Amino acid sequence: MMNVMRLFGGRAASAPVARERLQILLSHERGRNGAPDLLETLRSEILSVVSKHIDVDPDKVVVRMDRGKFVSMLEVDIEVPNGVQRSKMVAAT
Amino acid sequence: MAKVLVVTSGKGGVGKTTSTAALGAALAQMGQNVVVIDFDVGLRNLDLVMGAERRVVFDLINVVQGVAKLPQALIRDKRLENLWLLPASQTRDKDALTEEGVKRVIADLKTKFDWILCDSPAGIERGATLAMRYADEAIIVTNPEVSSVRDSDRIIGMLDSKTVRAERGERVEKHLLVTRYDAGRAARGEMLSIDDILEILATPLLGIVPESQDVLRASNVGCPVTLNAASSAPARAYTDAVRRLMGEQVEMTVPVERKGLMDRLLRRRAA
Repeated sequence: MMNVMRLFGGRAASAPVARERLQILLSHERGRNGAPDLLETLRSEILSVVSKHIDVDPDKVVVRMDRGKFVSMLEVDIEVPNGVQRSKMVAAT
Repeated sequence: MAKVLVVTSGKGGVGKTTSTAALGAALAQMGQNVVVIDFDVGLRNLDLVMGAERRVVFDLINVVQGVAKLPQALIRDKRLENLWLLPASQTRDKDALTEEGVKRVIADLKTKFDWILCDSPAGIERGATLAMRYADEAIIVTNPEVSSVRDSDRIIGMLDSKTVRAERGERVEKHLLVTRYDAGRAARGEMLSIDDILEILATPLLGIVPESQDVLRASNVGCPVTLNAASSAPARAYTDAVRRLMGEQVEMTVPVERKGLMDRLLRRRAA
């Protein structure tokens, strides 16, 4: 019946989309009590490891996330110029 | 010259976030560079209504506290390349938002965008006062219902006293946006009419958005109604409102649903 209605100009039901979006979002938000989720922890630790070795220009760092149902994506894009200044933290050790 | 616009109401649930998304998208659809900012720290929802909830990395508070740069926190809309979102924080406490920090972020955004839309939280506390603090203009979202009109009156008073413009002796230009309006019920005397609301609030009318299934459908799928159902009655109302904001003379009407033959035959239930 749904398909027939769709054929005659009816639109696909939007509630299932809402349900799916909420399930994905809440699975990432629940039980954290304000604590960062895995993706956020990875992001901040990756950035701190990188900045241990080089002086990162925050303008040259792009971070993207996409929280999915089964798989999430974390993309950390850091521009490292050749001959870049090594961080003093490493130079001192 | 960038304009800072606050979308506010006092009362919750009247359609501030939906309207911010729809107005922001409508402005962007007209070629303007737009950023929408969620000021509802701890209870963000503009990301969800705009369909960007899975892509939030940094937020307004991260920027205010210097943890992230503004360009890192801005999320570009997937459908409109000149529409951007600055999400609120979901976890931190709202005291993390400072007046000085908000001032800095807005000044920075003014160099990059034509329109800065601030989605205010409900209430009259810190989040709401900070959302309106640097506004040049305000859109007061009101439902034709007694408690909403009363709270709008309260917010109008705050716009005239608690904003930077008001303190400088200037005025914040105010616009009334009536949402969830049912012309039939108003005509039968079951609902406050537009004239009633305008008489009580004495604020110029920006638009009348009719009660419509299309609004719920748009938030279900995370797409502003002006994009998701561009020819629907609420989308046309928001588009007209935006044209008025940009200085065009547009006749004030209550857009009505254009029902297709099948709609009428089947009398479809809400999707």
